[in-house]
Amino acid sequence: MKTFRIIGRNIRDAFKGVFRNFSLSLASISCITITLIVVAVSIVLSYNVDNFTNLVEKDVTIVAFLDNELDDEQIDGIKDKISVVDNVEKYEFISKSDITKDMMESSDIFESIMKNWSDEENPIQNTFQVKVEDINDIDKAAKDIKKIEGVTLVKYGEGMVEQLVSAFDVVHKICLISVVALILVTAFLISNTIKITISSRQREISIMRLIGASNLNIRIPFIIEGLLLGALGSIIPIIMTIYGYISIYQKFNGQLFSPFIKLIPPTPFVYTTSLLLLGIGIIVGMFGSWRAVRKHLKI
Amino acid sequence: MDLIRLVNVKKTYKTGVTAIQDLNLSIKKGEFVFIIGSTGCGKSTLIKMLYREEKPTSGQIIVGGVNVGRLRNGKVYKIRRKIGVVFQDYKLLPKSTVYENVAFALEIFGIPKEEIHSKVIKVLELVGLKHKIKSYPAQLSGGEQQRVAIARAIVNGPKLLICDEPTGNLDPSTSMEIMKVLEEINKLGTTIIMVTHSIDIVKEMNRRVIVLDSGRLLKDYEEGTYR
Repeated sequence: MKTFRIIGRNIRDAFKGVFRNFSLSLASISCITITLIVVAVSIVLSYNVDNFTNLVEKDVTIVAFLDNELDDEQIDGIKDKISVVDNVEKYEFISKSDITKDMMESSDIFESIMKNWSDEENPIQNTFQVKVEDINDIDKAAKDIKKIEGVTLVKYGEGMVEQLVSAFDVVHKICLISVVALILVTAFLISNTIKITISSRQREISIMRLIGASNLNIRIPFIIEGLLLGALGSIIPIIMTIYGYISIYQKFNGQLFSPFIKLIPPTPFVYTTSLLLLGIGIIVGMFGSWRAVRKHLKI
Repeated sequence: MDLIRLVNVKKTYKTGVTAIQDLNLSIKKGEFVFIIGSTGCGKSTLIKMLYREEKPTSGQIIVGGVNVGRLRNGKVYKIRRKIGVVFQDYKLLPKSTVYENVAFALEIFGIPKEEIHSKVIKVLELVGLKHKIKSYPAQLSGGEQQRVAIARAIVNGPKLLICDEPTGNLDPSTSMEIMKVLEEINKLGTTIIMVTHSIDIVKEMNRRVIVLDSGRLLKDYEEGTYR
């Protein structure tokens, strides 16, 4: 019962603290709000860049060209061999007649040239289109497929894919570092603002000590107050994330500038980002308060 | 029975100033003791060591059986719960009402609301401020603020009440009102140690008087002997 009463008092005092020191609380809340907006923007940007690079990576395909002399049984044999190559995620057989048909449909010029070709004259080869699990090891998978008897040529955009992968890797790392750095800067800024808020209440803390409050007795209401400031400060960034992202997504129809750059669908992305923002606000707020009060307990 | 015992106490600050030296003293339960002396004689340092705001450099300070000089920072609250302290500048929470200021000293220990209410009302009655429970410190006179501070200091029922120049900011008649309140509290069994500059109060009260000079005990007058 006593513990519940103490917890109840701590929560009540935390609310009182926020409202009775409203101007300073407002300063802390504003600081949290502004920094969390910056964090929210960087999270949304980095996740979308990450999503875009993943989509591009998934689009990279190995094309294995087959000898045109092979019969169906031999093609089936190649299919079995491709299926057991390491790193192969999925594969699809596309016959020379399918490719010819597609090409003829795509252009009148192709159609006029190709329509007179007999099956023997058609130089287009049967192919397997292979997707890999890990694009970093695409080179090895391509070499393994090339070794299969009946495969005459393997193409996957060698050179360009490696460059693309390493460029995306750099982008991914930059995004990650900037989000972590921003969170750290936010933690520092917020904890310093809360520190100023609490330092102005040094008198209150010294009175608490004088009447026999233990360090824990003193700390807890301030830590809850930090939690409240963090939670209140994250309201506007959360609203902006949810409504802002949804309206941008709808305005651009889910893609940025071209169908190639797809945006992450808002659900559940905006909600997980909002939870993350709330979590950062609360943790940083509590940490800031804990740090600030600790300074005044060293008597 | 001794409530407080000081044995060969010495206090030298980091600045090199020695505030207290070779101090031996004992104060019995239920006594009312004045500590007087010129500015810088060590009065404030002495009482700060009693409630462990300062630590002695050497010697022993026993309060209620506890060697307060050896208490770790994290355990100081244990002795503070047995001691009430009243300051010249009252140290009230400006944004809390009279009731809240006094109740604050009980709430942090998780005492039930009804018990807090009855104790706060009782103690405010004792200091004559029951009618001002909803006022804020800024709405009170100096004497009234000091009575709130006294109420807060005694609401926990401490064995010892330490008063650091409680009448320093008050006019003579208000000061005597405060002394009457303290006398009442003393009659209820609380030991009181009071630092003051006011010789008039000391003479009027006619209690034990300890005179300090340059950090040493100059004279210890038994009750009724200081003239």
